[in-house]
Amino acid sequence: MAHPDELETLTKAFSGHGIHEQALISILGKWQPEEKKSFRKGNPNLFIEDERNFERWDDHHVRLLKHEFMRFKNAVVLWTMHPWERDARLVKEALKKGPQSYGILIEISCTRSADELLGTRRAYHSLFDHSIEEDVAYHVNGSERKLFVALVSAYRYEGSKVKEDVAKSEAMTLSNAIKEADKRKPIEDDEVIRILSTRSKPHLQAIYKHYNEISGKNIDEELDIDLRLNETVQCLCSPQKYFSKVLDTALTKDTDKNIKKALTRVIVTRADTDMKEIKQEYNNQFGVPLSKKIEDTTNGNYKDFLLTLIARGG
Amino acid sequence: MASLKVPELVPSPAEDAEQLRKAFQGWGTNEALIISILAHRNAAQRKIIRETYAQTYGEDLLKDLDKELSSDFERAVLLWVLDPAERDAFLANEATKRLTSNNWIVMEIACTRSSHDLFVVRQAYHARFKRSLEEDVAYHTSGDFRKLLVPLVTSFRYEGDEVNMTLAKSEAKILHEKISDKAYNDEEIIRILTTRSKSQINATLNHYNNAFGNAINKDLKTDPEDEYLKLLRATIKCLTCPEKYFEKVLRLAINKLGTDEWALTRVVTTRAEVDMQRIKEEYHRRNSVPLERAIDSDTSGDYEKMLLALIGHGDA
Repeated sequence: MAHPDELETLTKAFSGHGIHEQALISILGKWQPEEKKSFRKGNPNLFIEDERNFERWDDHHVRLLKHEFMRFKNAVVLWTMHPWERDARLVKEALKKGPQSYGILIEISCTRSADELLGTRRAYHSLFDHSIEEDVAYHVNGSERKLFVALVSAYRYEGSKVKEDVAKSEAMTLSNAIKEADKRKPIEDDEVIRILSTRSKPHLQAIYKHYNEISGKNIDEELDIDLRLNETVQCLCSPQKYFSKVLDTALTKDTDKNIKKALTRVIVTRADTDMKEIKQEYNNQFGVPLSKKIEDTTNGNYKDFLLTLIARGG
Repeated sequence: MASLKVPELVPSPAEDAEQLRKAFQGWGTNEALIISILAHRNAAQRKIIRETYAQTYGEDLLKDLDKELSSDFERAVLLWVLDPAERDAFLANEATKRLTSNNWIVMEIACTRSSHDLFVVRQAYHARFKRSLEEDVAYHTSGDFRKLLVPLVTSFRYEGDEVNMTLAKSEAKILHEKISDKAYNDEEIIRILTTRSKSQINATLNHYNNAFGNAINKDLKTDPEDEYLKLLRATIKCLTCPEKYFEKVLRLAINKLGTDEWALTRVVTTRAEVDMQRIKEEYHRRNSVPLERAIDSDTSGDYEKMLLALIGHGDA
């Protein structure tokens, strides 16, 4: 008979992100046929009673297990990949998956530097024989298309020079567009798209500040009527806040598999950039160190890999 | 094919710089000497001459040319000496400031440069103007013009020859539908023209012609005065047969009462190292008169000599 503690460890080994390989080795490896049988009978969610007198692995759960075992491998492959290939593949995958994954398009086009985004566009040519903008334009329909195509095509000025009077007037423009939201959706407003997709990041941060002075609120809070615009402004003006939110959502129990993938994506893509600031922001927002949350929610080699990545650089 | 003629034995950059310096000294300027050197050096050579001149004399060659030369001749020489990406960035920026014809210059640069070259222009724009090209184009245009031009300047088209014939058929059909509905600024038209590779667009438009009996530009001529349609037709021409587009710009510039020197200078200096030879052939074919003769009758002095040298007239 399997020990209840062992069963608990085993359950934990299979749940959350990744697999606790050591637990499987040390527990399962010792089990005799009777213990395995009682495990199967005692877990009807994993094993179905077949009419011919045996317990069958539920196919769906086998697939889930496969994904969890692959989590470490995927993290390694993504980590070792050239950043341009990585971002190009992430964009392609997001386009294939459809609207639920389009947030990734915003994430990549808005949080990378101008030259990184250019590199991604080059890699996209090599990998997929199309330009990024033609695929984005082709797959995305409706009111989001203009914004997305403009965001992936941007080559923003990277200097710090900002014209404050222009920033002020553009903050006004955005404020008006938001006020008129019930007459016309801001995401379809040409001026909103122009400002968000062509202005430099320092300029947009100046707009953020002026907006706050004009209306007393933060522009991304006012834009929560439109998920995409809200994400765009966050990625452009306060990426660490955006990333720590994505991480927290991914680290919740029982989220769907697409949201879970964000954990690997964010940590691998930010480990060399602003992981330190993201950790600080995470701690501020959620009162818990990111490393502890990862420790509690992930397993095995996958967990060790993530913890090592976020510990780099302090 | 380029029309630029470079001598077989090119003097060293130091010699060239010294000769140019001599051309500026004393009473007046030796324009003939300036033309004989600069109009017969390619972009890489001109760049080194500029650097050598700056090192030797502590002055920027462009500034000295600006001091010594004037009007159309000066503009031709200054544009010519600039590195191609800087030149395009300068022209694009100038085009966002002027009132008319600006859209055409931005469109011309966006559509007739390769994906790589267009990107280098965008980088040069950052360096010189401390803003992105797209933010200025977006800011200074509106409505349908902005809808067309911003995606054009930000495109990074796939450059391969691969063509998807099924896609060509379906996108030709989409174009035809939208054009029949007179929805000339429809998102789908913009999408196809501003994101597809040039080879793909060519295939699509060929199919359009085969399937619907007319070339697309014929169907887009419904209102000859509509500025947006004019720009759209020109965009298509630039993407599929740039030599014909440039021939027309030259023809209109020369035939215009008084000549449009800015257009003439722009086409000659930007295409001399690219496809001026083909443009000349197209010009001769269309006008029954060689381009040299047309320029000779329409311009004069050092300006004329500079243009003729750049289009390959005479020896290196």
